[in-house]
Amino acid sequence: MMRARGLAFWLLLLPPVLWLGLLVIVPHVEIAVLSFSERVGPRLYEFGFANYLEFLKEPLYWRTYARTAIMSVLVTAITLVVAFPVAFYIAKAAQGATKAVLFLLCLLPFWASELVRTLGWMILLRETGLVSALLQATGLAAGPVELLYNDGAVILGLVYGGLLFMVVPLVNALDSLDFSLVEAGFDLGGSRIDVLRRIVVPHAMPGIVAGSIVVFMLTVGNFVTPALLGGKNGLWFTEQIYAQFITRFNWPQGAAFGLLLLVLSSAIVWIGLRLTGQGFGETMRRG
Amino acid sequence: MTNRRFNLALAGALAALCLATGAEAQPLRLLTWADYAPKDIVDQFTKETGIAVEVTLSNNEEMISKLRATQGSGFDLAQPSQDRILGPQQEFGIYKPLDLAQIKGEQFIASMLEATKKNTTVAGKVYGVPHIWGTDGLVVNTKLAPNVKDYSDLCGAGLENKVSFRTKRPTLIAFAFAAGMDPFASYGNKAAYTAMMEKVGATLAACKKNVKFFWEGKDPLLAGLRSGEIVAAMAWDTGGWKLNGELPDIKFVAPKAGALGWIDTFAIPARGRNDKGAYAWINFNMRPEIAAKVAASAGNFTASKGADALTQGKLKQQFQESFPQAAIDNIKWYPAVPAGIEDIEGKVLDRLKAGS
Repeated sequence: MMRARGLAFWLLLLPPVLWLGLLVIVPHVEIAVLSFSERVGPRLYEFGFANYLEFLKEPLYWRTYARTAIMSVLVTAITLVVAFPVAFYIAKAAQGATKAVLFLLCLLPFWASELVRTLGWMILLRETGLVSALLQATGLAAGPVELLYNDGAVILGLVYGGLLFMVVPLVNALDSLDFSLVEAGFDLGGSRIDVLRRIVVPHAMPGIVAGSIVVFMLTVGNFVTPALLGGKNGLWFTEQIYAQFITRFNWPQGAAFGLLLLVLSSAIVWIGLRLTGQGFGETMRRG
Repeated sequence: MTNRRFNLALAGALAALCLATGAEAQPLRLLTWADYAPKDIVDQFTKETGIAVEVTLSNNEEMISKLRATQGSGFDLAQPSQDRILGPQQEFGIYKPLDLAQIKGEQFIASMLEATKKNTTVAGKVYGVPHIWGTDGLVVNTKLAPNVKDYSDLCGAGLENKVSFRTKRPTLIAFAFAAGMDPFASYGNKAAYTAMMEKVGATLAACKKNVKFFWEGKDPLLAGLRSGEIVAAMAWDTGGWKLNGELPDIKFVAPKAGALGWIDTFAIPARGRNDKGAYAWINFNMRPEIAAKVAASAGNFTASKGADALTQGKLKQQFQESFPQAAIDNIKWYPAVPAGIEDIEGKVLDRLKAGS
């Protein structure tokens, strides 16, 4: 009996172990090994730190790295600010069918692929696009307006892409908020700000943290949106990785960049958890 | 129904199945450029030889990267440009030498075949034969940007946010020529080449105010030119002529500094499994009547001897307008890129793309 259960246990454990091992751990180990190899001649590679030194020496690379990090944090913050009222309305104000419909409306755009959604933004924002035409027709702009190919467009696209992943955990977290607590807060003379700051936000914290982690991870590793909406100055770090692997044939350098991106996102998530005083495990359970 | 009849039918079905699988056993996996393998040509090839063709569209860098990732397997025939074979072959060994006895050399324009063979020879073995050729130059909306005659004119005043080029090596080469330098002469001298590329990089950085976007695929570029959002671009002749057919104001201009001439080749990946099919495809494609059809589909020219006479009037007329004899003589043909050169260029391009 014991042995049979043991067997079932190991069999059940097999898929996740294989999944993690073959698709996550093995590739990362390989990437790590690759990132420490230096090209010394045609088909000759040696162990060394040149790829990481290159990253530190060349301002271009770490600037892109820092830019990607800062913009990703910004995108996460904006997404949170936009998603919070939406989530609050869905969780607390909307009732019955309205609730389901509103939730569905949030979900709907994600039935199309990311590429299609991004191309949709391009149609809207380009110089000969819909928004530009509208602005001209209403007399708000004298000539064609180019809204694409700048950082604003990238942030817009990324916030749009991350919205759902922020709304869902927030709705989950806010759902359990007992409204009598809010009323008690008002009864005790708290202002709207006080109630939001000391009752609603602390209650929603696990949702906020979970949503922020997901949105941040998706943003920092995004490739399509910055590549298509971004301008001639707006390189995302993932584009650097792609360039090293595909157009420069420099796999060790690309591998080093990939590993650095992993370190960056892990570090920022860790800092975020520290600053908000949340445990990772708790967040994942409640979020 | 008698048992015997049933057996007969079964045997017949089995035989048919064997024949069918025999014919389709080894498809030819072709790694090529858009429009190089139009459907009707593929169908005709399959009908003649019984070999099915699986087409994968790509570009020079992706071809090298794909083949490198698999050490030359996954495809039976690739079509890199002639200057991009030597370096990657030395570095990654992704191709196998061609057996020239299997290729009908008499179907090629002799001078082009010889030049390509010479440029793609590594350690005494030939790795590529020519297929399609064309040039990189300027696609200009002559009404909106009448003064663009050379690459450097893309950076001129009055074109802010209205031009486009690629962040790829041809751009660096072109702007070096436009500044009166000869990058090809410095291929052998890394220090001189680095200095030259850095100079070009600075020119291009200053030119960025004119760039609307750096184009990657040709479709967004053509859309931009069509709508007038872009008035001048460095691009392939074929794109210019295609637009010229729709909008006569848009022309392909051979730049003063010289158009850049490229030749796309046939090369066999190191672990290709269907060499027979690959050689059959090469010989089939170099037949003048087939080559003329493919050339028309790609909007370019072919290395097939005699296909020229079969090319339709429109393309010929556009070619003559864009390329007077002096411009033809001024075409800069890419010499083979030695290993290491692309690292220098890569850094300059990265910096250009990332910007301030």
